[in-house]
Amino acid sequence: MSSGSSQLQDIADRVIAQAARGEQVEAYVARGVETDIRVYEGEVEHFVSAQSEGIGIRVIKDGRTGFAYAGTLDESAIASVLAQARDNVAFGTPDEWAGLAEPDGVAVVPQELWNEALAAYPTADKIALAKELERLTAASDPRVRVDDANYSDGAGETAVATTTGIRVNGRENACYVSVSTLADDGDETQTGFGFSVGRSPHEFDLAKAAREAADRATRLLGAIKPPSKRVTVVLDPYVTAQFLGVISSALNGENVIKGRSLFANRVGESVASPLFTLIDDPTNPKAYTATDIDGEGLAARRNSLIEAGVLQGFVHSSYSARRAGTVSTGNSVRGGFKGTPGVGCLAMQLKPGARTQAELVADVEDGVLIQMVQGLHSGVNPISGDFSTGASGLLISKGQLGAPVREFTIASTLQRMLHDIVEVGGDVDWLPSMAAGVSLVIADVTMSGA
Amino acid sequence: MIEHEVLERVLATALRKGGDFAEVYAEDKSSTSAGLDDGRVEQVSSGRDRGAGIRVVVGETTGFAYTADLSEAGLRAAAEAASAVASQGGAGTRVVSLTRSPAHVVNRIEIYPDTVGKAAKVSLLQRVDEAARSMGGAIGQVSAGYADSRKRIIVANSDGLLAEDEQVRHILRISVVANGDAGMQTGFESLGHTIGFELFDQHDVEELARTAARQAITKLRARPAPSGAIPVVIKAGSGGVLFHEACGHGLEADLVSKGASVYRGKVGELVASPLVTLVDDGTMAGEWGAIGIDDEGHPSQHNVLIQDGVLTDYMWDHLRARKEGHAHSGNGRRQSYMHLPMVRMTNTYVLNGTENAEDIIRDTPYGVYVAKLGGGSVNTASGDFVFGMTEAYLIENGELTDPLREGNLIGNGPQVLRDIDALANDFAMGNPGTCGKDGQGVPVGDGQPTLRVKSMTIGGTAA
Repeated sequence: MSSGSSQLQDIADRVIAQAARGEQVEAYVARGVETDIRVYEGEVEHFVSAQSEGIGIRVIKDGRTGFAYAGTLDESAIASVLAQARDNVAFGTPDEWAGLAEPDGVAVVPQELWNEALAAYPTADKIALAKELERLTAASDPRVRVDDANYSDGAGETAVATTTGIRVNGRENACYVSVSTLADDGDETQTGFGFSVGRSPHEFDLAKAAREAADRATRLLGAIKPPSKRVTVVLDPYVTAQFLGVISSALNGENVIKGRSLFANRVGESVASPLFTLIDDPTNPKAYTATDIDGEGLAARRNSLIEAGVLQGFVHSSYSARRAGTVSTGNSVRGGFKGTPGVGCLAMQLKPGARTQAELVADVEDGVLIQMVQGLHSGVNPISGDFSTGASGLLISKGQLGAPVREFTIASTLQRMLHDIVEVGGDVDWLPSMAAGVSLVIADVTMSGA
Repeated sequence: MIEHEVLERVLATALRKGGDFAEVYAEDKSSTSAGLDDGRVEQVSSGRDRGAGIRVVVGETTGFAYTADLSEAGLRAAAEAASAVASQGGAGTRVVSLTRSPAHVVNRIEIYPDTVGKAAKVSLLQRVDEAARSMGGAIGQVSAGYADSRKRIIVANSDGLLAEDEQVRHILRISVVANGDAGMQTGFESLGHTIGFELFDQHDVEELARTAARQAITKLRARPAPSGAIPVVIKAGSGGVLFHEACGHGLEADLVSKGASVYRGKVGELVASPLVTLVDDGTMAGEWGAIGIDDEGHPSQHNVLIQDGVLTDYMWDHLRARKEGHAHSGNGRRQSYMHLPMVRMTNTYVLNGTENAEDIIRDTPYGVYVAKLGGGSVNTASGDFVFGMTEAYLIENGELTDPLREGNLIGNGPQVLRDIDALANDFAMGNPGTCGKDGQGVPVGDGQPTLRVKSMTIGGTAA
């Protein structure tokens, strides 16, 4: 909660002051600016500079909820948003657990979410960064072409006020550079990408982004379709982060109470290998998604989810907690002013082991190092647990990395994969995602190829 | 929304520092949505999005800015910001004179969403919930979502174009969870068209809910899908996403011109089985991807992309068409006024073949029958794509046998197009989709008759 805008807080405060008797009202006000620069062949391809603002208002009365938003902070528009939200209340089904969050006394762990150096960074230098990234990438390998190089930044401020006593505001900014690559060899073309993120451009590592973008594209040239068989897979940290994102759905308290989690009624039971210890900790400043408050305005906090394979509990918002007979874990998430908050993990981290990826690979007799997955949104069902995803990577034979492989799938079920974990690596990578990455070895996965 | 003269003055402001082309895209969108879950209508939401995006093109560079302020002052400020890329300066005043394009009406709307009470919208959800739960005790959970939108757009550019359109959409989504001895399974159905609330008079939403419930219940006895390369038969109206991913994206001129498509330089060549004729058609009235004009103001079109297996053309937006001297194809689309337009599909479908669908199954000794596909994605440069099968059955000795658990199918676009060895005469459109590209989502439709691919890799776990 850096010092945010008193202007936005005033707007939110004025809305909730209009609450009628028996009404709970929440106002969420946001304003943001963004810069988006794309460079192609040494020239700026596009330069986007824009600002947006808006308000979302939730009204709860007699257990019924109504919501409305508008993409403007115009005074008359705000009045109409409140009127619409009130009108919408009548059409909800009464819900005895409906209600806004109330202050719970949990102290906020302050985070440094605002960076003055970024706010003051000149536009010309932003363009120069994208051009430099393009140049470094193109120079890294003669087979590599750059599809586009990008610089993006954003700054946003928000304020929330509720009739139940929540009143918080804050501001945040961040930036990143990214590059997409193409690598050609005869008729074959493969793609790659690289990125670097930071609170300020001074934290970028352009050389690393360029090297990774070139490497991701070239390493797949000449890749073959592997045979179908059961193997041990080593997931790259980038892939593990996506795998944890899938698991998060089953740890979501709302999914549990609504009968959509394969972990329901299993607290205290073994759901994974004893090597698997998972926390959600948005108070860790190393996490890309570190934050001080959740979507309802409560303090974000550290929660233990799975301890040595044993399920500890779920993440909750104030609503899901009320229904489950517990208290919020500070895991309300909100996508912006256009929607009401839901429930979700904020910053997952798997407890790391001790060894490097090379050491993990050395112990694999017959397997694949999975460097990329494709289709996690289409072939994985977190409710049934069915897991099947397209993949590419390198074959592993007798502990040695071998030929590149692509156009195959790896499949199992989430339930089995969690128990089939052989080892967690020590190579934690704080990726720009909701989960930190780390190498992960999983046995007995079906590889489908030729 | 914005007066003719104001648009002319804003375009002049946008070009004051120079530039080859300027455009104003403005929209005013009102939407209503309602969600039901766990037996309760959780909430009704109303939204209003209104604003304009302004771009200025100078050589190969585009400047873009957007604003929610549609006053002349607000638009001029955005025009100034967008014109920052035109730093050469000194072009002086350029007069833009707009000529209104004749209306190109594709979608006929009978009942506008703002004329329908919220109670009627909410009652759809309750009917769906009841119908799904009527399918028996195995149904553990039902959630349903309703959404409507009415969007007016206006596009004006420095070539003198002034065009307007109104897009009205309604969609209903139903998700069902069934519980069995071996865990949970899911079913999903959706109904969405670019028409008014009359949509729900024309379709049986209860039957749609029962279909979603049946899907979940059937999958409770599903066995693991096979692993490896085998023949795949795809049911009519469920596999259009295959063409969307396997070749549609690769035929987008922006990707082609950067050499990021396997179909670059292939116009006039045989790229698919001669059975395949592929069309992208924004004029297909009422379909989810149907539009009167694209988001650059050009009328939607019926574009043949592949004729009898031969690649005939790509899809184009303004920038690519201008650069390569090609005609517009009505494929310049954007998610909202906050986004730059790019080449996008509309309704992409494969025309009928001549065979009978039952015969195709009967002629398949062993394979997988896909009755419903989920989402997919493609790498346009390599052609590798995946898509999920959410309802599938084993084919044994020419007959459908056991239901299969979910999994991904994987293939290479150009290879799969060549491997289509049977095409039926039972064309159907599929479910409404949202196509994502470069962070923007737009509504698209797809369709195809029953067809067989002689070999695709099924990502199951059974040996």
